Amino acid sequence: MAPRHIQVAETSRVVLPRHTKLKFDETRQVWVILAPERVLAPDEIAVEVLKLCDGVRSVAGIIDELATKYAAPRDVIATDVVAMLQDLADKGFLTEVRETTS
Amino acid sequence: MTELTETTPQVDANDGLAVLERRGSVAETYGIPLAVLLELTHRCPLQCPYCSNPLELDRAGQELTTAEWKKVLSELAEIGVLQVHFSGGEPTARKDIVELVQHANDVGLYTNLITSAVLLTRERLKELADAGLCHVQISFQGNEPVVADRVGGYKGGHSKKLEVAKWTRELDLPLTVNAVMHRQNLHQLPDIIQMAVDLDADRLEVANVQYYGWALKNRASLMPTYEQLEETDRLVEEARERLKGTLTIDYVVPDYYALRPKKCMGGWGRQFFNISPSGKVLPCHAAESITGLDFMSVRSNNSIAWIWQNSEAFNRYRGTGWMKEPCKSCEFREIDFGGCRCQAFALTGDAANTDPACTLSPLHESIFKQAERDAASGQDRFLYRNFAGGTPENGNDA
Repeated sequence: MAPRHIQVAETSRVVLPRHTKLKFDETRQVWVILAPERVLAPDEIAVEVLKLCDGVRSVAGIIDELATKYAAPRDVIATDVVAMLQDLADKGFLTEVRETTS
Repeated sequence: MTELTETTPQVDANDGLAVLERRGSVAETYGIPLAVLLELTHRCPLQCPYCSNPLELDRAGQELTTAEWKKVLSELAEIGVLQVHFSGGEPTARKDIVELVQHANDVGLYTNLITSAVLLTRERLKELADAGLCHVQISFQGNEPVVADRVGGYKGGHSKKLEVAKWTRELDLPLTVNAVMHRQNLHQLPDIIQMAVDLDADRLEVANVQYYGWALKNRASLMPTYEQLEETDRLVEEARERLKGTLTIDYVVPDYYALRPKKCMGGWGRQFFNISPSGKVLPCHAAESITGLDFMSVRSNNSIAWIWQNSEAFNRYRGTGWMKEPCKSCEFREIDFGGCRCQAFALTGDAANTDPACTLSPLHESIFKQAERDAASGQDRFLYRNFAGGTPENGNDA
């Protein structure tokens, strides 16, 4: 089972779980998140962050990319990104890939 | 992040469409709904006395065929519906349920299964998950078999539900526990909340019975006392705080005791429709209880989008233009849209009247008293829901 109720840290490699889908709604021309009996409307920044949540990049990596792209202070981006992801995680719409250490 | 829909029919809804479509007027917005409830069949092994299906149940022979449901699913996806809820009756009583879920998934719809669970095997559930099912909602009638199996009128049902809930999580599907609450099981609420936590559910719906159709017939056996309601409010409040981040709790109050009416369906024909087993496109699952409305079918020559936008039944109570006083000049008219049309019809004989759940209705006081009388009636026996028009509970089983 995918881990639930995660704490988002910069080392986390987060990913949308199977039952949470980021989708472009062609009819309304907006991005939506589909979750159990719910539809969420992420803002532009959230969409950009979520597209990078591929379970390969770490949260730190995502923050670096966005800080570079927008030439913005890294600590400001970091605070916003972690808070946004934690909010999604608390709702059960975000999970993480965990290493199986041998 | 904006939460757009509470797509469960009985739960109060936000104005998701208005946000998504950036419309100005909330009252006149009726873009294609984000989610649609598909009542695949009225057949069900359970006989719950508060069933939300109409008294006049569709027979198996009237149900849409597999090909017809697939066409409906394709059409829904094409016009902009994002989610479907496969419901019933019991949706898994349809032999083609896996095929329908697969098709919904293929055309890009997000799929929820709303089930009593008693017909499912682990293999069947796995097939559904493999077909793309995204979420399972299981109804529970109590937290232990004595009350639960009696309410559902189905022996062994409760333990089967627990088993299916476990499989659901093992298959990594999100789980919602739906608990319909009434006078005869409200004392179990603390245990039901704990049961939902133990089952590793994501969501719990604490849904007090709403009184239409079968539930209206059983009102005296189901209506909670006012004291029970106050205790329920307290318990839900406490549990929400305690379980934040673990379990989301949606709560529906019994509106006979409310001060303001519920914004039923988010307003008639504004953001919700369902399709009945025989293919009728309905503004809500109880809409057929209002006589004098002609509901069109997907079997007609009109598209679903046309029926939604243009049919007389959808336009009759859409927006605010149909309202009489006290709704017409009420400052809440675009907040609650005058409450529930089916309840207004059932209790006043005119669906265009204010829902008596509203304090501004001349009948408000009398339904509050009616609720208190029902709650104190001492009448505990059920009339079970079935195709035979209902069967009274045997006194020896009670």
